[in-house]
Amino acid sequence: MSSTAAAGTLDHHIDPTTSTGIPNKKLLMWAFLASDCMFFGCLISTHLIYRLHPPPGTPVARQVFSIELTSFSTFILLMSSLMMALAVNAIQKGNLKSLRWSLLTTIFFGCIFLGCQVYEFRNFVYEKHLTITNSILGTTFFTLTGTHGLHVLIGVIWLSAMLIYSFTGRLTEKDSIDVESMGLYWHFVDIVWIVIFTAVYLLEYI
Amino acid sequence: MEALAKSDFLAEGEQATKPFVIWRPTAKTGLMSWLTTVDHKRIGFLYGISALFFFIFGGFEALLIRIQLAVPNNSFLTSAQYSEMFTMHGTTMIFLVVMPMGAAFFNFIMPLQIGARDVAFPRLNAFSFWTFAVGAIILNVGWFMKDGAPDAGWFGYAPLTTRHFSPTHAIDMWVMGLQLLGVASIAAALNFIVTIINMRAPGMTMMRLPVFTWMTLFTSFLIVLSFPAITIALVEIMMDRLFGTNFFEVSNGGLPILWQHLFWIFGHPEVYILILPAMGIISEILPTFARKPLFGYPIVVFSGASIGFLGFGVWSHHMFTTGMGTTATAAFALMTMAIAVPTGVKIFNWIGTLWGGHLTMRTPMMFAIGFLWMFMIGGLSGIMHSAAPADAQQHGSYFIVAHFHYVLIGGSLFALFAGIHYWFPLMFGRKVSEFWGKMSFWLVFIGFNVTFFPMHFLGLEGMPRRTFTYDGNMGWNVGNLVSTIGAFILAIGVAVYFVTMIYTFFKGEVTTKDPWDARTLEWSLPNPPPEYNFRVLPTVHARDGWWYEKRHKEEIAAEVSEHAKAEDSHGGIHMPFQSIYPFLAGVGILIGAVGVAIIDPASPTQYPGFWGPKVAVTILGGAIMFVSIVLWALEGNEGYHIHLNPDGSIQGEDAHSAH
Repeated sequence: MSSTAAAGTLDHHIDPTTSTGIPNKKLLMWAFLASDCMFFGCLISTHLIYRLHPPPGTPVARQVFSIELTSFSTFILLMSSLMMALAVNAIQKGNLKSLRWSLLTTIFFGCIFLGCQVYEFRNFVYEKHLTITNSILGTTFFTLTGTHGLHVLIGVIWLSAMLIYSFTGRLTEKDSIDVESMGLYWHFVDIVWIVIFTAVYLLEYI
Repeated sequence: MEALAKSDFLAEGEQATKPFVIWRPTAKTGLMSWLTTVDHKRIGFLYGISALFFFIFGGFEALLIRIQLAVPNNSFLTSAQYSEMFTMHGTTMIFLVVMPMGAAFFNFIMPLQIGARDVAFPRLNAFSFWTFAVGAIILNVGWFMKDGAPDAGWFGYAPLTTRHFSPTHAIDMWVMGLQLLGVASIAAALNFIVTIINMRAPGMTMMRLPVFTWMTLFTSFLIVLSFPAITIALVEIMMDRLFGTNFFEVSNGGLPILWQHLFWIFGHPEVYILILPAMGIISEILPTFARKPLFGYPIVVFSGASIGFLGFGVWSHHMFTTGMGTTATAAFALMTMAIAVPTGVKIFNWIGTLWGGHLTMRTPMMFAIGFLWMFMIGGLSGIMHSAAPADAQQHGSYFIVAHFHYVLIGGSLFALFAGIHYWFPLMFGRKVSEFWGKMSFWLVFIGFNVTFFPMHFLGLEGMPRRTFTYDGNMGWNVGNLVSTIGAFILAIGVAVYFVTMIYTFFKGEVTTKDPWDARTLEWSLPNPPPEYNFRVLPTVHARDGWWYEKRHKEEIAAEVSEHAKAEDSHGGIHMPFQSIYPFLAGVGILIGAVGVAIIDPASPTQYPGFWGPKVAVTILGGAIMFVSIVLWALEGNEGYHIHLNPDGSIQGEDAHSAH
């Protein structure tokens, strides 16, 4: 036998030792996140370009935004990343009880963020009269933050599915890569929010 | 020994509990075997057959275009029909012919070249194909509807594509179709990246990878990083069309130029997505038929990498006439000139490979040398465009049409045709007759040049693209007539090519293993390759792995028998289970896409709120997709094991599942 790679390709059953030693699922997630970076990059660029050329009558972002609420929901979302990290740690130790509590908290924090966003959208549309059609600010703001919200929603569904799955007895320490790649996705969505929070919200207060 | 290893593994498998499986398809033949296949070679065939089908389709559209332009003031097509033809010809040839034909080779050849038994995610691979098929259907379904086919050009410039100027569903279908083709391409590319990085056979270091595999890797990275730009552009135009947003609505602050930037940030890397696989194929064929190793292997690889990298910095040379300003124009002109350097380096490496070689002029070699020459002409006219002032004259003229057909037909398609000839014996165990192969080459070669060379002159004489007719006094009559005659010669050449291939598939000369005396691992397999690819996973000792094996037979034989024993004691060859869920997810996507793109929005008086057939169908499709993906996940990535007789036939299967 010449190398570890050979041993790995023979033993497919549990955790195939790959050419690089990186699990396939992890590499797939990293490559996907690179793609998603370009995805959000294009949306954020659209917003940043359009905010430089507001036609007359465009609502002023500062008068629309409620930075206190968004700061709160940002904090909650970042804390959910902490809980996600704990969940990955728990499954790697095979501690299902701890995994479930961490996942539940992550889901709960994710839902708080989504709830804040729903409240914010309703507030903007009905109180501040900013809609997706009536101005370029509304168009780029709702599309960008809405797309991010959709990512969070997909994450919450994925987390919930994993939580339910953990009660079937099929989720074991060996499957920790499944939780870990879900965690990569979740952290990425959080990091993107930091960029959006800076570029869309904080930038208006400089 | 075997029993010991297996009992260990079984005990572990039982403890780990059974996955949630409703139905395991096991059909090996018939329709169900194709719908549920996860075999990379079968998926490669599916891509290839679809690409060839759409090639006939797109070629037919091209012939109609050429008939219309044969004589001045022709009324063979109306201007509306002509717009549909050139839009769908471009979209079809790029997204439904050259890209899937490349994907066919990536799927079939790349895992064999790196000594793998399948791609990293076999079911995701099947999903990529079915999503591609759905995108192709949505794109073309307009031909059968009163809305007609998409007609805003393959680049779909806003605001022409907004609801105001294109009120029918034709553009919705174009947007949705491209969106799905993008999803399919990204999913496939992610799979190839993981496969090439992680699934290499022992000893197959990165700098021993065959150049075709390297180009697969670069193409996949280009797809993964460039397609999101068009995804966003399409999302924005879709939002404008469906929900009345202002992305490209000038009166509300939208900037149509943004579409061009986003489109070309995708569109220029796309050009390299189309040509890098071709370069990979050529880099396999030339050394084989020149009886020499590829000249300057590392330089060819790094040139591919720098083409991919620089490819992201040249998009605005498609926009020199939009008034970007001097600095931006100069910067993009310089970058465009710079990207010619690695391309030129590759050309010289190929010439260096041929130089002093013992050339055998078989049909694949003819197409490969045709590629070299024709691609060089297309590349040189490309360098002419990099000079912004000159480009201002050539922009939107037939000179551009001539240029990109030289790189796309003379480049990509010649190489793909060469690749079909080259790998045909491996795929089907039969070889094309040299006479008919060369006959098709010469007809295609002559027809192609007669069609497209006059377009250089037509363009410089000012003939604009995308106009459905012209006056007889412009001096364009002869050029257009010659071009149309050339198009028919090209069509006859392609017909000869197809008939030859179909004949060879059924009745061609049966070949032995490795008929070209080639260098890379795929030729170490019997033809056609068995389902499990490699009886024993190969160990690679040199860059041209199979060449080394052929010259070190005893060493390799000892190694193989040792590895065969070890592999058998680990439970035999692992094969992934087939799965229906990628196909079902594709069905869900199709239903959802019909809801988004084709069904009319409900009138507010008929249905409460935003509900209506459109929303209902979209949600139904989404629900089918979601359920399929959940069942797909619960089914798990299990497989079964096969044990082989010494002659390679299957001795028995262990039906038990394993992670």
